[in-house]
Amino acid sequence: MNNASLNHNFTQLRAGFLANLVVAASVGAYGSVLGLLAAKKGIGWGALLTMNLSIFAGSAQFVMVDMWLPPLPIAEITLAVLVINMRYLLIGASLNPLFSGTSLGHRALFMHLVADENWAITMARFHRQKITTYFLLGGGCCVQLAWCGGTMVGHRLGAVIANPEKFGLDFAFVAVFTALVFSFWRGKKDILPWMFTVFLAIVGEKFVPGKWYILIGGIGGALCTALLPEGKDEGKEK
Amino acid sequence: MIERTYFVIAAAAVVTYCLRFGGLLLAGRMPKTGRFKRFMDALPGTILLSLIAPAALAGGVWSLLATAATALCSLKTGNVFISMLLGVAIIALSRWLAL
Repeated sequence: MNNASLNHNFTQLRAGFLANLVVAASVGAYGSVLGLLAAKKGIGWGALLTMNLSIFAGSAQFVMVDMWLPPLPIAEITLAVLVINMRYLLIGASLNPLFSGTSLGHRALFMHLVADENWAITMARFHRQKITTYFLLGGGCCVQLAWCGGTMVGHRLGAVIANPEKFGLDFAFVAVFTALVFSFWRGKKDILPWMFTVFLAIVGEKFVPGKWYILIGGIGGALCTALLPEGKDEGKEK
Repeated sequence: MIERTYFVIAAAAVVTYCLRFGGLLLAGRMPKTGRFKRFMDALPGTILLSLIAPAALAGGVWSLLATAATALCSLKTGNVFISMLLGVAIIALSRWLAL
């Protein structure tokens, strides 16, 4: 690698980092909620940090912490993470054009730091100007830093606040997901599948032991979308 | 317990990484239209929703109210953090009033 391309990679890395600072603030904020919840469940900061660095997926980590009751249901947690992160298959696939011409090792290394946030910002930028995978990586570093910082601060607070229920913090989990779910709302065509999802999840939670209702509702609702006739909504929307 | 903790984390990490890298590797072979694509597109939303619904219901009237307020705020402002704060504040308020 010559000097000029090294320089270019660094410029891209920095540009990606800076472009993600906006979302990093909210990543840090909701990371602090995860840290709080984790501390309440008795998860140590070392385990939490290991989760951040090795898994690096917000919603999946929230679900893991929620399901964290000894003895840990390993199969259920792993399956829940698998289903929640299934979207990364699509996210990974959509990055294919950006990675064109790179080696397999380069791909294997860079894909680890792909989160929803830096992926979204990279894809938006990719349509407008010429960027490289280093832009994606820079964003990943920025989001990872905010994620670790936020969760660690939250974890520390969790050890200090004795009675988080009083401040409604046990509700933070539901609130975070309720706020996040609307970023996936795509208009009227989602009404029926989403109602079906809510129904399945509530019934599943009542009658099926454990956390399987997450998968029952999620897969059932998505199947509903897949099986509904396509076309009429898409014509109306644009 | 410690081993179990790190075993769960390792399993989740391997699964997540395989999906990230697998998506990139399989990019050429995945259907870009049709039912499979629509199923995959719908999944993140429905998964989050089935996480929320039973928990919101279990908390009673105030919990449903706070969930609705969070949802509305998120739809209007698009700000995840503010919406979350609003929901938490409503729950906190309801508990203070009950005292």
